[in-house]
Amino acid sequence: MTVGQDIFRAAVLDPAAMAPAGLVDPQGRPAGKRFDVYRNNVAVSLTEALGQAFPIIRKLVGQTNFQILAGTFLRVHPPKDPLVALYGDDMPAFLEGFESTRNLPYLPDMARLECAMRRSYHAADSIPADLNGLGAMDPAQLMATHLTLSPATRLIRSKWPIHGIWRANTEKDAPKVQMSADDVLITRPDYDPQPILLPPGGGAFIAQLRTEPLGSAFEAAQADAPDFDLTTTLGLLIAGNAIAHVA
Amino acid sequence: MSNTMKTLAVAGAVAAALTAHTTTTAQAAGKEKCYGVSLAGANDCAAGPGTTCAGTSTVDYQGNAWTLVDAGTCTEIELPAMADGTAREGSLEELGRDLPA
Amino acid sequence: MLDHQTLTLPNAPGVGYKAQHFAAIWEDPGPVRWLEIHAENYMGDGGRPIAQLRNLAERFPISVHGVGLSIGGEGSLNADHLARLKKLVDWVGPASFSEHLAWSTHDTAFLNDLLPLPYTQATLNRVADHIDQVQHVVGRQMLLENPSNYLAFEESEMAETEFLEALIKRTGCGLLLDINNVFISATNQQTDPRSYLNAFPLRAVGEIHLGGHDEDQDEYGVSLLIDSHGAPVVDPVWQLYAEVIAIMGPTPTLIEWDTDVPDWPVLAAEASRAADVLAQVR
Repeated sequence: MTVGQDIFRAAVLDPAAMAPAGLVDPQGRPAGKRFDVYRNNVAVSLTEALGQAFPIIRKLVGQTNFQILAGTFLRVHPPKDPLVALYGDDMPAFLEGFESTRNLPYLPDMARLECAMRRSYHAADSIPADLNGLGAMDPAQLMATHLTLSPATRLIRSKWPIHGIWRANTEKDAPKVQMSADDVLITRPDYDPQPILLPPGGGAFIAQLRTEPLGSAFEAAQADAPDFDLTTTLGLLIAGNAIAHVA
Repeated sequence: MSNTMKTLAVAGAVAAALTAHTTTTAQAAGKEKCYGVSLAGANDCAAGPGTTCAGTSTVDYQGNAWTLVDAGTCTEIELPAMADGTAREGSLEELGRDLPA
Repeated sequence: MLDHQTLTLPNAPGVGYKAQHFAAIWEDPGPVRWLEIHAENYMGDGGRPIAQLRNLAERFPISVHGVGLSIGGEGSLNADHLARLKKLVDWVGPASFSEHLAWSTHDTAFLNDLLPLPYTQATLNRVADHIDQVQHVVGRQMLLENPSNYLAFEESEMAETEFLEALIKRTGCGLLLDINNVFISATNQQTDPRSYLNAFPLRAVGEIHLGGHDEDQDEYGVSLLIDSHGAPVVDPVWQLYAEVIAIMGPTPTLIEWDTDVPDWPVLAAEASRAADVLAQVR
C-alpha cells in the first residue's frame, strides 16, 4: 500500500478523515494518533501564524473565535508559499464571505490594514529623496513633478473607522471609536511601520501620486475634500521618510 | 479654484511642509536601530510569524464546527447584534454602537 | 558577499537565532560562536530582519537552515523559492547550508510542517535529483537533516540510515545529525538509538542539532515523543551526544529552541553544556 502525497495532504487537512492506510505504528497497527501529530502540526502552526499576522482581528473576535476562523481559513486557503511571514493575503477576501463575522463589516478592511503593515515591515529599504530641490522649483514645474513613494509606504482606504479601531486595540486610553471613513497611510521611517490617519482628501491625493504628478493629485484631493490640507499630508510623507524619489 | 490659484496653493503648501520638516536627507536607518530597545518586542508586532522546524503537542485538529461560539466568550468586544452585513450609512451614534471601543 | 565569511562552522556551540535575543547576543554571546537562521525568515525584500542578519553575519559565522524547500516533494522543486534561497546564500555567504529530509509542499499547498517520506527506491531517486538540483543552483554542498518520525510507511524498503547513505553516495551532500530526532524516532518506533547511530554515516556529518521535545502517548498508551523544540535537551540525548562526539571529535553543535523560547541565559546555559562535552575531546 503506497501513500502518495495527495492522499497524505488531503487527510492532514481534513480532521474527519482517517489516517491513510499504509501508515503504521511499530506493531504495524494503523497510525491513528501518530498521524494526528502531523495534522496537529499543520493546523496549530498555521493558526499561530495567522494569529501573529492578524493580532487585531484576533483581539476583535476573541481567541476562541479566532481559532475557529483560522481553522476554516487555513483549510480553504493553505499557504501557497513557504514564506509564512507573509501568509494570509487572502484573509480580507475570505472575511468578505465569512458568514460568522458578517456582523463585523469592518473586519475585511482591518485585515487589509494588518496585511499592509506586514508588507511594509518586510518591504525593501530605501533612502529618502533629497527634497531641497522641491523648494527651488518654480510653481509650474512643481505641479508637473512626480513623487515616488518608498516601497514600505502603503495606503488603505476604508469606509470604516479602521484607524480608530486600530488605536482602540493597541493603545491604552485610546479615544472611543467614532464612525468615520478612514484613509490610513502606513509609513516606515526606519524599521517599524506606523499607521497614520490621513486628513480628508489625503487618501485621494496619495492614491493619485502613484501615476499622476503633484498638480493632478492635488486636484483629485480637492475634488474629494474641498478643505484638503496639502501641507499636513506632505508633512506626514516627509516625516515618514516615504518620498523615495522626485522627478 | 483657478489654475493659478491651485499652482500657488501647491507651491505654498510644499514650502510650508519643507520648512516644518527640516529635510535632513536622512540616510537609511543605521545599525543602532536594529538592536537595543527597539527590539524589545512590542515594536516588532508587524513582523508576522517566523518559521519553525518543530512540531507541537498542542491539540487542535478537530475543526468541523464552523460556527463561532457565543459572543459571550468574547472578552474584548461585544459582538454586534446586527447581522445583515450591509454597510450601514446611519447616524454616527447608531453606527458607533457597533464599534469596538 | 559580506566580508569575514568562513566556509566552515567552528567546532563549537551555536544557537538557533531568534530576533528577541539580538541585543543579548550582541552584548555577550557567551559560549555561542555561531548562529543558525531559518532561510525563509530572511527572504523578505528588506526591513529589520535583513538588517539584523547583515549585522550578525559581519560578526558570526552563519548557518543557513532551510525549512520550506520540500526536498522530498513528489512534484518539482519550487523554482522561485530555490532562486530566493540562492540569493540569500549568495549575500550571506554562510558557513553552512542545510535542509531537511522531508516534504511540505504538494501541488500549490505549503503545509508548514516537515512531513515524512517512505524509504523506497522511487523516493531515493526523486530526493537525489532534488538535492542535485539544489546543490547545482545554490552552488555549494548542502547538509541534509534526519527527521523525527512518528509513524512508519508499510511500503518502505530500506532503513533510514541506508537511505541517507545512498543519498550521500549519489549526490555528495553532507548530513546534519539531529540527535534529538534520533532519540525521538527510536522511542516512537521502539528501536535502539545506538543501533541507528552505529549505522549512521558519521563521516558525512557537518553539523549536529540538539533540542528539546514533549512527551505524549498514542492511543495504546505507548510513549510518543513530539519534536517541539520547546524544552531543554534531555539527559539521554546529552548522553548520546557525548558518545557521538567521542567518536567524531569536536563538531559544530546547535541548540534549537523554537517554541516557548526562553530568555538568553537559558539558551546560553544549554550551549555551555555542549561546550563542556566538546572540551572533553579537544
